[in-house]
Amino acid sequence: MKPPAFDYSRPETLEEAVGLLAELSSGGKVLAGGQSLLPILSMRLAAPEHLVDINRIAELDTISAGPDGVRLGALARHAAVERDPAVRSTQPLIPAALRQVAHPTIRNRGTTLGSIVHADPSGEMPAVLALLGGSVTAVSARGRRTISAAEFFLGPLESALGPDEIAVEAYFPALAVRSGTAFAEVSRRHGDYAVCGVAALVSVDQERRITSARAGYLSIASTPLVLDLTEAVLGRRCADDLSAAGRLARQLVEPDADIHASADYRRDLAGVLSDRVITEAARAAAGSGPGD
Amino acid sequence: MQVGSSYLGEPIARVEDPRLLTGGGRYLDDLGQDAVELAVLRSPHAHARILDIDVSGAIDVPGLLAIYTYDDLSGPLAEPLPLLIPHPSISAGRTQYVLAKDEVNYVGEAIAVVVAENRYLAEDAAERIEVSYELLPPVVGLVAAREAQQLVHRDVEGNVAAHFVQQVGDAAAAIAAAPHRLSLELSVERSASTPLEGRGVLARWDTDSQRLRVWTSTQTATGVRAAIAARLGLDLGSVEVITPDVGGGFGVKIVHPWPEEVLVPMAARALGRAVKFTEDRREHFISSAHERAQLHEVEVGFDDEGHLLGLSVRFWHDNGAYLPYGLIVPIITSTQLLGPYKPAAYRVEFESLYTNTVIVTPYRGAGRPQGVFAMERTMDAIAAELGIDRAEVRARNFIQPEEMPYDHGLIFQDGRPLVYDSGDFPATLDKLKALVGWDEWPAYQAQARASGRKVGLGLACYVEGTGVGPYEGGHVQIETTGKVKVSTGLTSQGQGHQTAFAQIVADELGVAISDIEVVTGDTRRFPYAVGTFASRAAVMSGSAIALAARAARAKILRVAADALEAAAEDLEIVDGMVRVKGAPGNEIALGTVAVLSNPLRYAFDEASKAATQFAVGDPDLPPVAEDDEPGLEGKDYYSPLRSTFANGMHAVIVETDPDTAEVAILRYCVVHDCGTLINPRIVEGQIHGGVAQGVAGALYERMAYDESGQLQNASFMDFLMPYVSEVPERIEIDHLETRSPLNPLGIKGAGEAGVIPGAAVFASAISDAEGFQITAMPISPSELFELRRQHAANAAQKGTQP
Ligand SMILES: Cc1cc2nc3c(=O)[nH]c(=O)nc-3n(C[C@H](O)[C@H](O)[C@H](O)COP(=O)(O)OP(=O)(O)OC[C@H]3O[C@@H](n4cnc5c(N)ncnc54)[C@H](O)[C@@H]3O)c2cc1C
Repeated sequence: MKPPAFDYSRPETLEEAVGLLAELSSGGKVLAGGQSLLPILSMRLAAPEHLVDINRIAELDTISAGPDGVRLGALARHAAVERDPAVRSTQPLIPAALRQVAHPTIRNRGTTLGSIVHADPSGEMPAVLALLGGSVTAVSARGRRTISAAEFFLGPLESALGPDEIAVEAYFPALAVRSGTAFAEVSRRHGDYAVCGVAALVSVDQERRITSARAGYLSIASTPLVLDLTEAVLGRRCADDLSAAGRLARQLVEPDADIHASADYRRDLAGVLSDRVITEAARAAAGSGPGD
Repeated sequence: MQVGSSYLGEPIARVEDPRLLTGGGRYLDDLGQDAVELAVLRSPHAHARILDIDVSGAIDVPGLLAIYTYDDLSGPLAEPLPLLIPHPSISAGRTQYVLAKDEVNYVGEAIAVVVAENRYLAEDAAERIEVSYELLPPVVGLVAAREAQQLVHRDVEGNVAAHFVQQVGDAAAAIAAAPHRLSLELSVERSASTPLEGRGVLARWDTDSQRLRVWTSTQTATGVRAAIAARLGLDLGSVEVITPDVGGGFGVKIVHPWPEEVLVPMAARALGRAVKFTEDRREHFISSAHERAQLHEVEVGFDDEGHLLGLSVRFWHDNGAYLPYGLIVPIITSTQLLGPYKPAAYRVEFESLYTNTVIVTPYRGAGRPQGVFAMERTMDAIAAELGIDRAEVRARNFIQPEEMPYDHGLIFQDGRPLVYDSGDFPATLDKLKALVGWDEWPAYQAQARASGRKVGLGLACYVEGTGVGPYEGGHVQIETTGKVKVSTGLTSQGQGHQTAFAQIVADELGVAISDIEVVTGDTRRFPYAVGTFASRAAVMSGSAIALAARAARAKILRVAADALEAAAEDLEIVDGMVRVKGAPGNEIALGTVAVLSNPLRYAFDEASKAATQFAVGDPDLPPVAEDDEPGLEGKDYYSPLRSTFANGMHAVIVETDPDTAEVAILRYCVVHDCGTLINPRIVEGQIHGGVAQGVAGALYERMAYDESGQLQNASFMDFLMPYVSEVPERIEIDHLETRSPLNPLGIKGAGEAGVIPGAAVFASAISDAEGFQITAMPISPSELFELRRQHAANAAQKGTQP
């Protein structure tokens, strides 16, 4: 469990970094928090020629939250994002989900953008980004582009990012009025990747009747899965029976089995957790609108 | 009890903790920073013939020093590794070679080793060695092993390594004649010791003196020493084995020699360099040892009151690819399954079967968790069948205190009769019932059920043979500074031996704990020893050290009596001073006694002048009497007639989520009897750790082999060792102290107790919560979910039947 030899650079500017990656063509690999990459190297599952460590690039260490949403730079650590009050008030789903990412020590080092780029279908933040309809901005020597979440996740551990690109920002839309979010997951041990996790975004009208209910799933498909469950709960209030959401989710998901869970158990969890988060998000939405 | 006895039984803080908790521990990988490193090329296949090994691609890796394959071995090194514990019922004992010869039998088996300037380069080279294989069909799991469509070893028919039967009375006839009968099928899956520190070896060969010094992360320094000497053709006296701090063992490190424990010294001698091997986590999963997998069929006959009239158990034990540790695990299951009960007739039969998976050797509990699971599930089934309280059925079958010593008429794992020396099972059960609130449970459960909650209470009892022989020794020496040096040959893996053994010596000698230093597992200090396993260290070395301290004390009093011109019987030792009872001021320091015990020609300091030739001695007698020795020391051995039996009972209250099938632990209660408590705090720590491993084995850990014999969860990401967040926050403990009559301090072992009833007690509680019987452990939420559906479907089917 020792990595094969690699070269290593630690550029101080983004320009330098993208220049280096361009030179290396596909032999370069970005090193952010290292919480996923280093185990992969140690297990010799990948052997990049050259690691480009971005930890010294000060301009990437940003967290900002404004009326339109939350923007996270590439060095925003899970722990810092989780504790940021402006992030919390702008989009409470972000800290709610981050609390379920790994253990505190790993959140201290791992970056939120890194976990999005890593594109693990069991990752919390890819599902959150997908559910909220966020995006990733990437920079390379070729220029700058913004990729929507819907187009970003291509497969397990596979994103739309080119080998020469550095993801510099993740954008999460702000929580709209009369909307609410919730997150829940079941994992075998605290801090483990979830057996199944669900994030919900629910909007209500002035009568607090549900107008939209969407859910994002992790560990259910090979990329983050977003389902529109509105038809099951349209016009209902948070105090009503919303279990039709879970029933619909059970019909729509096609999970696989693995050593931790049968496919049917996962499907059932998707339903159980959908009910829980849709109800909780509807409650939050009902409590959030003006006139309360 | 002697005057000044103050340490034994006190919950003093462990003296080793400040060092370990502040990063002062020295584990194997902390040593030998100058050493070159060894990496192992391991089989990627579960069963294959090796056609060719081509090392040419690795030769030009920079920093490469050597590559060894089987063809490079000769003499005893080329022989199969030893079958450590032979047994007459082993019909086909197979052990592996240090490096695979012609065939591999599990994923992870060592094929070649590479030595390079560092581990990185060694792995680079290992990766470039090309092995051609002819794949053979793998045998994975007990069902496949039993069916024996395929064979692990060509010449071992039916995959059967051993077949063993023991019986007392005619169980079959008793069952046939019994008013009630039940049959159960019960299974337990594989798990493993999984110490935080894996295996590791460092060796230095001294070319000048032609001596070998080896440090290894082991549970038996003397065993490794003997094995290395035998394999490398060295005299025992030319090999020293030292155990540094060891980060846990739990059984896996009693196996020896591991291939690396032989290969590292071999390479060190050949290369004239210090060589080190530090096992990584993946290697530990696929190339050390596992345990636990067994299938059991139980037949039981009982009367209307639930008395066991006949018990017949057949089981199949998965011993993995080889059998280095013999039949210890299944023999323990077959005998310790009986727990505190006395069936009128008992028959047990097992087969130990080969599979193409990692070898199986004792893991904390060592066959008892499976046996207790089988027995306790049976007890719950009898209670359910008769509608009798679960605790009551157990109590009716208990061996009573007045029946001790109780002879089961069977042979135990040490080859000696299974005779319980002590224990008060009814008292233990009473304490547990009081602790958990057994009698209030039905009301609590009814109330919880009414509000839609599923809660369950489980109970499990066990008896544990501890402190197996053959012997351990202790050495106690008083230095001229008054400090006391204690050594024993067995090793420590974090149990707190430095503290517990010092407590014993402090009381025997009347000195302060802070003046005592304890060294374990260093063959330079104590060359005769067996090892640390089977909850034996306190019983064996504790007893030996007590006897050694008594010998030292006798000599202290004899020398001091001369000096003080008093009778030895009139002396006492208090706070490091030997004094005449009732004569204040008439005293001599222990250090001075040590000076006087060693007649000197040369004074090396002020104090030693007292022992020089013109100062002491009767000119008409030799300075050292014929039957005496210079120095103030005592050495003794403890070798018991047979094991001493500890016991305990656990109860757990769980809540199962009606939707997600997750299992939450609400309370965990333990009543434990290990005889005299040397240090209650250490015993409770052992129980906490054991319970954590019990929780692990019940709810989390398993070895997920696929059909091709690949271990799919060979990392802590997927092998679910519980975190602190999965272990009960509070473990409620009560003790009983029925002394063992077999040793000087009345001790019974405590090391394994916590883990033993884990699977049984959780199965009992989950069954109670769910209303159906759990028959296979461990159990995951996914499996509980599937069981619920199955039982709901069965119930629905029954409902529709006319
Ligand atoms: C024990 C453990 C448990 C964990 N549990 C969870 C969990 O429950 N849920 C979860 O979501 N995650 C979990 N993780 C992963 C953790 O969240 C990682 O921090 C995260 O996946 C990757 O972030 P990082 O900054 O460490 O990225 P790195 O490990 O440095 O990189 C990961 C990958 O992303 C690429 N990359 C990273 N940043 C950029 C960038 N800015 N531009 C281009 N490429 C980039 C790297 O090249 C690499 O391929 C766990 C990790 C561990 C060790």
